Amino acid sequence: MTQRFVMALLIILSLATSSIADVTLPSYPKGKGEHCVEPTDVMRRDHFEYLMHHRQISVHLGVRSKRHSLVGCVDCHASQADDGAYIPVNEPGQFCGSCHIYTAVKIDCFSCHAAVPDAVVKQ
Amino acid sequence: MDKIRFQVLAGTHTGYRLLLWLLIILIGIGLIAAHHMESQGHWVTGMDNRVVWGLPHVFAIFLILSASGALNTASISSVFGRSDYQPLARLSGLLAVTLLTGGLAVLVLDLGRPDRLVVAMTYYNFSSVFAWNVFLYTGFMLVVLIYLWVMMTPQMRGYVRSVGVVALIWRLILTSGTGAIFGFLVARDAYDTAIMVPLFILMSLSLGMAVFWVSTLTMCRWNGYRVAPELSEKLRRLSAVFVLGVLFLMALHHLTNIYMAHHQGIERFLLVDGGVYPWLFWLGFVLCGSIVPVWWFLDRRFCTPAWTVTTALMVIVGGLCHLYVTIIGGQAYPLRLVSGYRVDSGLYDGEITHYLPTLPELALGIGGVSLALLITMLAVRILPFLPTVTRPLPGSNQG
Amino acid sequence: MTDPANKPRRRFLGRTGASTALLALVPGVKLVDLALAKDEDEPASVKTRWGLLVDANRCVTDCQACVSACEDEHALAKTGTARLDPQWIRKVELVDESNDRSLSIPLMCQHCEDAPCVDVCPTGASFKRADGMVLVDKHTCIGCRYCMMACPFNARSFVHGEVTGQKSYSPRGKGTVESCTLCVHRVDQDRAPACVESCAVDGHGALTFGDLNDSESTVSKTVRSQPHRELRPDLALNTGVRYRGV
Repeated sequence: MTQRFVMALLIILSLATSSIADVTLPSYPKGKGEHCVEPTDVMRRDHFEYLMHHRQISVHLGVRSKRHSLVGCVDCHASQADDGAYIPVNEPGQFCGSCHIYTAVKIDCFSCHAAVPDAVVKQ
Repeated sequence: MDKIRFQVLAGTHTGYRLLLWLLIILIGIGLIAAHHMESQGHWVTGMDNRVVWGLPHVFAIFLILSASGALNTASISSVFGRSDYQPLARLSGLLAVTLLTGGLAVLVLDLGRPDRLVVAMTYYNFSSVFAWNVFLYTGFMLVVLIYLWVMMTPQMRGYVRSVGVVALIWRLILTSGTGAIFGFLVARDAYDTAIMVPLFILMSLSLGMAVFWVSTLTMCRWNGYRVAPELSEKLRRLSAVFVLGVLFLMALHHLTNIYMAHHQGIERFLLVDGGVYPWLFWLGFVLCGSIVPVWWFLDRRFCTPAWTVTTALMVIVGGLCHLYVTIIGGQAYPLRLVSGYRVDSGLYDGEITHYLPTLPELALGIGGVSLALLITMLAVRILPFLPTVTRPLPGSNQG
Repeated sequence: MTDPANKPRRRFLGRTGASTALLALVPGVKLVDLALAKDEDEPASVKTRWGLLVDANRCVTDCQACVSACEDEHALAKTGTARLDPQWIRKVELVDESNDRSLSIPLMCQHCEDAPCVDVCPTGASFKRADGMVLVDKHTCIGCRYCMMACPFNARSFVHGEVTGQKSYSPRGKGTVESCTLCVHRVDQDRAPACVESCAVDGHGALTFGDLNDSESTVSKTVRSQPHRELRPDLALNTGVRYRGV
């Protein structure tokens, strides 16, 4: 009885995991400029630490440095559609959206923060 | 005197089963309402930028106050050594925990960001009564659970008194904290007074006893237990004293306000010409919620369980009316923005806000009450909270 | 990335440009006192205390310039129901109870020294910055609305629904509480709040912004020597917003 259960479980798991090979890894349009404010692997690992620290010092202390600000990220990394309108960074295939959807880590930033730069957005 | 034994509820009574299903449905509706409020935003409720706390808060504060007061019977039995109150002590403790759970559920689900509960539990501003209340409420639940444990574990019986004392002091501080939520608000004429604290303490005793009556008598009926007449009389007299106490402090509060010229506006609004608020106050709270119950609690002609439950329900309705007038009426009245001037513009200032509760708010509030009752009803089937019978009621099924 | 060498130059040009423009618009009246420059990497300092002076004698009853400016600056979209709308600043019509004189004033967050909203916030989201601005940290706001209960001026709004189209410098979202920020994003760049600027542009000049701790600023001189008041002096809040002609 237990044997059958284990076999069934293994079959189900292998069916489920076999589809991983078909999943595309995240990709997103290149940002402006030569490189980011931090190296890519550092950013991948630590971007939330930078953002958390920066939100504390900017809101509570009034330190407005651009380097690790969310506005800075959006300014460089928001891509534009063919008509010039900016695409929100949290949409699928965009800077934040691609990895966060892939890893299923829900982010709360853009319920309040603008996901596009302040430049005129054509509707 | 027979040794008191406790037992679980048999759960075969039809009334029990029907109520169980009803409560599950009501909780489901409450959860749907909460989800609707959270996903859409609070525009689906009647609350707005002037009346920021509405019907859910009336229910939440009612549940929290009742939780504190429901522990009364247990406190009397453990702290004041009155062994005749002992059969009902466990139920009293159980109700304290479940009512508080229901109240906190309503409060948390009404937050603008209920997903940030973890933030509320990790970031604290200790000049805020709310921050203290996070510890007071959760700590109270822990203390009462320990209290129940020592009551129900034979080897720990020696600790019942000391834990009972801790629970008593804790609930007095907790209720003071709840009253201070309002009492510490300098901005509003209806609230800026320290009398909110003893008032809320007495309200908790009055409402807690009322909820205790309704729950206990109902479950004892299902279990075939009759509360001893002498005990019932003492508890009814105590209930009457608490109701009178609330009435006294309210009279004191309003009379004092009437002496202050700058508070006469709010008094006239709440007591005379504020529309629904004077009706709720005089008819709901004073007449049906205080005067009549005091009479019925003390008059021997109304001493049967059915009458007692009715009286207790009237106290509960009166308490809800009172909380509605306090919480919502206090916000509906316009602020005195600039001393020496009256405000002539509408919309935000100078006008009374007409708040109308909506279905999601009602569903959330009722859902919280149902949650409290559901947990109680399930708990009494799992653990021996109910006193056993010495003389079975005619026609009851003995568990 | 900004070249550090450009910063002092940009700052000088910016300040000169701004003050010249404003002075040119309403000659003879000094509307904005720009404080000592704050570098963008510097935190706000207790040496500064921002204040706003409202001159009711200059405030025009039916004018909504300050309100519109604030709405545009922060993208405060209407909800369709007036009582649910965000209102960071509003015009209030007052009538003097002693002589029935009527006047109009703008009312916004008073940025109290001893703010009740800061006292009651359970998470500390409602806080007072070192330079006196009372702000909401929306990262930690849980939307309990206790601060709205506590405010004697009904200055705070709750966001009752989804928000879109936010400006990058003014994040706001559903379920949190918000109020006038004294345009902190502008002030940190040595610019005046949007309402002050619009009132000047419209030619009324009823709003003056400046540093209460700077003895040379107009707001500070007025507070020290001219009749003025807080809206609720009985509450002893020591507000940053002061009124003349009320």
